[in-house]
Amino acid sequence: MTQTLLQVKDLKTHFFLEDGVVPAVDGVSFHLNRGETLAVVGESGSGKSITATSIMRLIPNPPGRIVGGEILFNGEDLLKKTEKEMRAIRGNRISMIFQEPMTSLNPVFRVGHQIAESLMVHQGLNKQEALEKSIEMLRLTGIPSPEKRAHDFPHQMSGGMRQRVMIAMALCCRPELLIADEPTTALDVTIQAQILDLMLELKEQLGTAIIMITHDLAVVAEVADRAVVMYCGKLVEEAPVLELFDNPLHPYTRGLLKSIPHINDNQERLYMIEGMVPALTNLPPGCSFAPRCPEARPRCHVERPSLKEVSPGRRVSCWLHEGGVR
Amino acid sequence: MLKYIVKRLLLLIPVLFGISLFVFLVLHLFTADPAAMMLGQHATAEQVAALREELGFNKPLYVQFGIFLSQIVQGDFGRSLMTRAPVTDELLTRFPATVELAVAAMLIATVVGVTIGVISAVKQYSIFDYLSMVGALLGVSMPIFWLGLMLIILFSVTLGWLPVSGRIAVGMEPTAITHFYLLDSLLTGNWEAFKSALSHLILPAVALASYSMAIIARMTRSTMLEVIRQDYIRTARSKGLAESVVVFKHALRNALIPVTTVIGLQMGSLLGGAVLTETVFSWPGIGSFIVNAILAGDFPVVQGGVIMVATIFVVVNLIVDILYAYLDPRIKYS
Repeated sequence: MTQTLLQVKDLKTHFFLEDGVVPAVDGVSFHLNRGETLAVVGESGSGKSITATSIMRLIPNPPGRIVGGEILFNGEDLLKKTEKEMRAIRGNRISMIFQEPMTSLNPVFRVGHQIAESLMVHQGLNKQEALEKSIEMLRLTGIPSPEKRAHDFPHQMSGGMRQRVMIAMALCCRPELLIADEPTTALDVTIQAQILDLMLELKEQLGTAIIMITHDLAVVAEVADRAVVMYCGKLVEEAPVLELFDNPLHPYTRGLLKSIPHINDNQERLYMIEGMVPALTNLPPGCSFAPRCPEARPRCHVERPSLKEVSPGRRVSCWLHEGGVR
Repeated sequence: MLKYIVKRLLLLIPVLFGISLFVFLVLHLFTADPAAMMLGQHATAEQVAALREELGFNKPLYVQFGIFLSQIVQGDFGRSLMTRAPVTDELLTRFPATVELAVAAMLIATVVGVTIGVISAVKQYSIFDYLSMVGALLGVSMPIFWLGLMLIILFSVTLGWLPVSGRIAVGMEPTAITHFYLLDSLLTGNWEAFKSALSHLILPAVALASYSMAIIARMTRSTMLEVIRQDYIRTARSKGLAESVVVFKHALRNALIPVTTVIGLQMGSLLGGAVLTETVFSWPGIGSFIVNAILAGDFPVVQGGVIMVATIFVVVNLIVDILYAYLDPRIKYS
């Protein structure tokens, strides 16, 4: 078995709308090793969720379509799989947790049954066995008296509980890859920490690799080994998390890090990156970030930089670093 | 739950009282003198007065209403002015025919309507979607009696595939057990009677179902479109479930909640529509009986018939509300 679990190569997912083509993901490449946690960071609309949904091949079509690239999972291209082959992978070898625990569970089915469904489909368990195993999974996620809770409907549970159910559902078939799309954004801060701890703990136990999609850099610092930063559908920087925090290379990453409020700061106002995210239908010809970049040079406005390796494991897409790290 | 049902049943009392009052007033304030009507144009004034006395028509209205109420509480709707038989018996003998027709129409409307709605939603903006929504528009726009006549002309007169009218071929009636011909002929193993009853049932049931089918199809389509965009549908897909399971289990189960209301209300309009359909197809049910009674000024039958239909309507709605609690676990009755 190779070390690399997932390799995304030049992924392009475009949305074909009436007012034009939206390149939501435009040539994204990254890889993920077994058992590793990779954070995908970016603002709303940067294409991080679409990247995740593309890996699951769950892009709503129409209007969206994966128009190019490769997604190699254990060396096999997911984009070449039939729908039936993909179904055998979804929820089994690659699972996903979503942002909204309040609406991500079906309101008319008991939570135990919703977990059991996965087990029946992928592991061929019968109803009774699947229910027993889903109670086991609920116990693993720290839900008290899981035998009773398995018979609850989603509306009888709190947001944190429901996210635990989602985690139980995602991990019940012991997937090799878990994609977590802002799993803690909708939760209280104290519950956030519990859920993150739980995910890390289960990751250790089950050896699952995680792609953690988030806009919250505190989450990145806490859980991830490596991080990729996305802006306007493209990767702008990739680095091990510690290096990213210590020495961010891309001006956008620096801006993001600067906008985190610090408890010791006496600032009146929080730092913010000037300007707006440009519309994806009308991107500037050069670097997408150039109009907002405090360090932009004339070249940045006319020529698009590409992702270049500046040191082992570090890549950045910026003209400032063409000649290596400054 | 039981408490809720009892409460709803108790609420039926004022509702039915209101219906009785309304029906009573409409008939007594707006109809010609029934006694004169019954006796015909050659009756003398004395004969009419004697009959009015006998039937209690000369008492004040509120006394008449009091008598009427006390009688219907005992299930007595008086006697038909035409046949002189008790209205309750007359209605009950015709009741199974109406129920058979309405249930058949409801089954067709629900099964076909929901299926069309689901396919239209899943294949939104496809040819099927456009065609079926145009069909649904036609379905809600066509008057039932006109559609009924067209069906008769096409399938009975021109093609000769199905009988023109009636409930079963003369002399084929199966041994009465439930009084529903289809059931009775099945229970007694009488295949000839079953075929005859079925062939008589198809056209009126389709005519009666068309409107409800259209409403149900449109409602199913719009709620399915809403549900299919929900987060939990994405979750179901991300679990690796087959698309058919996602659509028919996860989505349809949620979409059916509002559709059930519509189906319940349609049951009411089916009973109303049955009046027209039964008349067009000479179906021997309550509907055609009430129409004849209206034409003949037989107001005890009209009173009894309307109250009976209204009662069924209210009870069906109660059943729908109870079904809700089963379909949607978030609803709790107390």
